[in-house]
Formats: sequence, C-alpha cells, structure tokens
Amino acid sequence: MKRTLAVLIENKPGALARIVGLFHQRGYNIDSLNVAPVFDGSYSRMTVTTRGTENVVEQITKQINKLIDVIKVSDLTEGSHHEIEYVLIKLFNKQFNQTFKRKLKNLEFQVIEQDNSIVVLGITGSSASVDSFLKALNNKSFIEVSRSGCMGMHKSEKHLTI
Amino acid sequence: MKFSGGDLLMRALKEEGVKHIFGYPGGAALHIYDALFKQKQIQHILVRHEQGATHAADGYARATGKAGVVLVTSGPGATNAVTGLATAFMDSVPLIVISGQVQSHLIGTDSFQETDMIGISRPIVKHSYIINRAEDIPKIVQEAFYIATSGRPGPVVIDIPKDKTDPNKKFEYKKPKHISIRSYKPKIEPHPGQIKKAARALLSSERPVIYAGGGVVLGNASKELIALNKLVKAPVTNTLMGLGSYPAKDKLFLGMLGMHGTYEANMAMHHADLILAIGARFDDRITNTPALFAPNAKIIHIDVDPASISKIINADIPIVGQVKESLGALIKEIKKSKIKIDSEAVDHWVSQIKEWRAQHGLNHEMWKGAKKSNKILPQVVVQELYQATNGDAWVTSDVGQHQMFVAQYYKFNKPRRWVNSGGLGTMGFGLPAAMGVKFAYPKDEVVCVTGEGSIQMCIQELSTCLQYGIPIKIVNINNQALGMVKQWQDMIYDKRHSASTYQNSLPDFVKLAEAYGHVGFKVTKQEELAKVFKKAFALKHKLVFIDVYVDPSEHVYPMLVAPNGSMKDMWIAKDKKA
Ligand SMILES: Cc1ncc(C[n+]2csc(CCOP(=O)(O)OP(=O)(O)O)c2C)c(N)n1
Ligand SMILES: [Mg+2]
Repeated sequence: MKRTLAVLIENKPGALARIVGLFHQRGYNIDSLNVAPVFDGSYSRMTVTTRGTENVVEQITKQINKLIDVIKVSDLTEGSHHEIEYVLIKLFNKQFNQTFKRKLKNLEFQVIEQDNSIVVLGITGSSASVDSFLKALNNKSFIEVSRSGCMGMHKSEKHLTI
Repeated sequence: MKFSGGDLLMRALKEEGVKHIFGYPGGAALHIYDALFKQKQIQHILVRHEQGATHAADGYARATGKAGVVLVTSGPGATNAVTGLATAFMDSVPLIVISGQVQSHLIGTDSFQETDMIGISRPIVKHSYIINRAEDIPKIVQEAFYIATSGRPGPVVIDIPKDKTDPNKKFEYKKPKHISIRSYKPKIEPHPGQIKKAARALLSSERPVIYAGGGVVLGNASKELIALNKLVKAPVTNTLMGLGSYPAKDKLFLGMLGMHGTYEANMAMHHADLILAIGARFDDRITNTPALFAPNAKIIHIDVDPASISKIINADIPIVGQVKESLGALIKEIKKSKIKIDSEAVDHWVSQIKEWRAQHGLNHEMWKGAKKSNKILPQVVVQELYQATNGDAWVTSDVGQHQMFVAQYYKFNKPRRWVNSGGLGTMGFGLPAAMGVKFAYPKDEVVCVTGEGSIQMCIQELSTCLQYGIPIKIVNINNQALGMVKQWQDMIYDKRHSASTYQNSLPDFVKLAEAYGHVGFKVTKQEELAKVFKKAFALKHKLVFIDVYVDPSEHVYPMLVAPNGSMKDMWIAKDKKA
C-alpha cells in the first residue's frame, strides 16, 4: 500500500543522507522525495512516499523518528490529507496539440514559457493524476519532464509543526 | 583564558569524567595527541590496532555503564574503527569515537588519508558530528556523551578536521549549561494505563515467563527485576546479552533462551500463556520462526526504544519507557492490585518446567566426572573456570562455540559481568574488551574465554597488555577449528569442513604468549585443569595465557531446529531431536 510520510528534520549537513540511508539500509523503498527548508530555515520539511503494509510503515516511521536530527514524523495516510505535485514539462510547440491538451484536462496548468519553437508548462495535480497523465504520453510527445515529488499536508485541524 | 581546539577537546572530555582514551595516532590526529600529551588527568592507552581500541573502550563501557572513548586518525585509522563501531551499535553500547580528519579545505579532494568517516559510519552509529568550528567542540562533546549514554545507548562519532585543532588558533571554552536538543527527547515516562494493563495480565497469568534482555543490564534495572520477581515469582530466562541481570543461582532462573538456550527455557517460552519481555528485542536468534513463536502467549513488551516493540513479534501490551522506571511503576501497581496470582497454577507450571529440566537440562556437574577420558570437553573448561573463580570473575568472550559454552555454564549472578559481542558476533572482541574491563576494575579478576580462531583476530593486543601491565587471564578453548562453523558443516553440509580447519598451522600459543612477555600454559588433560587454573590465578600481576586443547568434535546443544522450527523444536544431541 502506498504511504505518504511528512518529516520535519533539522536543516543540518548530512541530515538528508541519514534519511535516505535509513530507507536503503532497512530495505524500504522511496518512491518520491520532496524536501526544502521551511520557515526560519533551521529545519526542513520533507514528504516521502513509500510502500508497505501497516507494520512495515510503522517500523519506518519509528526508525525515522529515532534519527537524532528528526524532529517529527507523521504518516499522512492515516488520516485525510492533501497531496499535490508540481511538474515542469517542455515540449515543441507542434507537440502542444489538441491530443496533448485533452490529456491535461484533469490538471491545472500554466504556460511558463513559450517562444516560436518551445513551450514549458507548469502542471499541478495529485500524484495519481500526474502519474496517469504522464503514462498517457509517450517519448514522442514531449522533450523533458521534471517532477517535484509528492508534497503532503494533513487536512484541516490536524497539524505537523515544531 | 583561551584554548586551542585540541585543548578544548581535552577539557570537554575531562568534564565528561573521562579517565581513559584508547587510541592510535596518525597525521590528522597529531594536534590532538599533542594536547593529550600536555595534560595529566586522562590516560591514553596505545593499542596495536584501532579495532582493539574500539573493543577495549566498548568493554570498558559495558562494564561501567559509562561511555568508552576512542581516538583514531583519519583514513585507515577511521576505517579500522568501523568493526568496533558496528559491534557497539548492535549491542547498544555507549561509545565515543573521535576521528581525526584531513584539513577542511582538503575534504572532498581525495587527499592523503582522507575518508568520509561520517558517510562510512552512518548506518552503524546512533549519531555523528563533524566539527565545522573549533569553538563548537565543547558543546558537541557534551551532546555526544548525552546522546551516547541516554535513551537506547549507542556509539557516536566526532570527526575533527585537523585545522580545527590547530594549536595556534585559540578560543574561549564555552558550552551551554543545559543540554537541549529539540529533536531528541529520550526521557519517556511509561504510560500508567499500560502499566495497569500489564500488572493485570501478569497477575492473571497461569504460565508466565519473564524474558529479560540486555536492556535490563544497560538500563541498570537488575535490582528492579529481582524486586518484581519477589512479587510475581515467575520463571525468568535471559538472552545472551541479559545474562547476569537476574541471578543465575535463583531457583526460578531458567538459563539462557534461544538458539543455544536451555531446553527448559525454550520450552517455557513456547508454552507460556504470558511473556513479559523486558529490554529484549525478539531477535531471530531467539524466536526461531516468528510465525510459530509462543502460540498461546500474551506479550507484554517493555523497551526504551519504540522501534523495538512489535518489530518482529506483535506486543499485546507495549510499554515504551526506561526499563528501570517502567519496572518501578509495575512493582508499585502490582503491590496496589487486588488480583491474586493463582499460585497453584503457577506452581504447577514451575514443576512442569522442572520436569523439562530433568529431561534435557544442562549438566553443570560434568567437571566432576569423565576425568579419565583423554579428551577435555569444552564445557568442562568453563565449569572448572567457574569453580576456580568462584563464579565471580568478569568474563569476556569471543564468538563461537566457546562463547555459547560460557553463556550456558558460567552462572552469572551480577549484571555487567558478562561481556560479549551478541548482536554483531565479532571475533576478536574478547581480548581487547577484557583490557577495557581491567582498566575499569583493576583489582578484579578479568578472564577472556576465547577460541584459537577468534584470539588470532586481535592477538596483537598482547603487546598492549605488556606495555600497561594488564594482568588478565586468557582461556583459549582450543578445538583446533572454527568450531561453530564446523558444527554447522557437520549438521547441514554433510561434514564437509570447508575452510574451517587449519591443517596443523596453529601457532604454539605458549611460546607466543612468552614472546609477548607473558606467561603461557598448555593443558591437554582434564585432571590438570584445576591445578593450572589455580597456578594461573595465583600469578596476580601476570597475564597468563592458558591454552586448553579440547575435544574438537564437540557441538553446542541444545540448538533450535531451523528452518521452519518453533522454540520447542531443538536438537539436544548430535543424533537426537526433542
Ligand atoms: C570477524 C568474524 N568473522 C567470521 C565470523 C564467523 N564465525 C562465527 S563463529 C566462527 C568460528 C570461531 O572459531 P573459534 O574462535 O576457534 O571458536 P570456536 O567456535 O571454535 O569455539 C566464525 C568463523 C565471525 N563471527 N566474526
Ligand atoms: Mg576453535
């Protein structure tokens, strides 16, 4: 089962490596990883998506929590939450045709750059909708693509703060 | 007053109460070594290999409960410390490893003796630091000791680039009055509701077993465990790491459990209706096949590390907390409780266990018989050692059959007396660990029980022992083979002894001991054993190496049947399953 974890971690050199290393060391997968410093820059917030049974994910969160630099971990999947992802995609103008646009219909997007040969789009959507959008394309329908990885947050009253 | 980085380090270590550092110098650590030279309170012990330093500091830590300290240089010095770090990590031992690093501006350039110590050690430390500013040294040292010794203890690496200890750059000594790490709060109070539930379950059980592990030793909770069992009177079994936390002489003690545990301990675990696990982690050497583990038992699990709970075996009543505090709370709750233990049922259970012991229990009296046979049994060596030391020595061991024989036959009555590498199973641990213990308790008898395989992995430390006058006793249970490997080959590989014997290449250990300036004795007959032990222990100021040639064909039993066995499935002799 797919799981989305949110982690608050000290913004120190090597802290990220400890998280990534831990997944590898204990045989867990990282499907996507999003991380950046937030607030005063003293800590970072990351969203990790992974897979596993309830027991496995409980172990993962406990092991992450044990890392000295980790301030908090929360399994967002346990409750209702938001998940969103940002995609940059570059294509030739001629590829930006009706078929392509039809595939975009469940997603929000902006044209970020366009000149007479190239268009760059910024697309927002759930990871699932981004997945199915990209799956519907083939390598002839665009030039390059970059994904932010999933970002998550609890819905409404529930918070993850320090 | 201002201090160089090296002096800051020395002062910070002194403030943590450090009296001994085990180490080995080299380029990147030379400023630190110079600072060390200029002070008097901390003694440095020059080992002969950095692995020896880590195990010595580890032995010191296991014996005292204080953090052991290691100092090594960058590159090969640091990598040689890796096995010792992993050993300490697996057994949750507080260790501080200070590694020199190349100068900051050279980091990342493949400079001479550069190695990414933080990266290499990451999966085997509790935490690690690299010093970016010399003035942070006091604060970081303070934090490192706090992290190493609190919560579930573990090793911490402090990597110090050479320029941060430059004797010409001086700083004020500053560190915070109180340690506060927002991401690390190890003090956890056990949940009162869970304690209540645990008390109720324990008092209502008919076939309880207390399964106590290394956490009881590390958490200094042996007294509480004994006090608890004065009330509950349950049979108690110890893991390899827990031995000594409950007195072996107590009649409710079942001995060790697990792969080479006693028949009665493993049977009791399998048939229990309640298991109280304390500071133990349901390691695969304990549970055998997890799906077949203790089918009828309700499980209470006390541990300071939440990640240990329900990792392998689901806990019905998890209690996260320091073992000492949790047991204290449990004792209080039980005293308050109105539930009466069904002592008839428990008595019945205890007599059932006695029956199991009578059937296939260990024979602790082997030393009294069999003197005429010309081969010494390894079990007898341990039993004679027990007699010779009144069961009161600090015993370290290496890894293999000899280790299991000590665990089975040397009856430990006090915590911390038994020092061995359980989690990682590191051959080479025993001799340096014994040195560390002897530094901690110079007046006490310290014995390293080893095998001719293991001892050769850190034999160079015999030289260190001469330099510092460390009169430990080494008992080499010499079965002329990598016995534990050979046992598996006997049992599983149709006796194909692939790379487990030496083809007459063993050194003369007596001469070897003498070459290192020590005393050596060789024993080949059982009737000589007691006499030689007596002679050896009378040499109070000498390291004595006792090389005992034993029956090479002996196996360790019981042994859990694997794969697909439960805890009740055991080999109890070469040709006998129970
Ligand atoms: C560093 C290391 N290498 C390999 C092993 C695997 N191993 C476990 S026990 C053993 C044999 C040990 O031989 P010895 O020290 O003579 O003890 P014995 O079993 O004969 O009592 C070996 C090779 C290990 N535990 N540690
Ligand atoms: Mg051997």
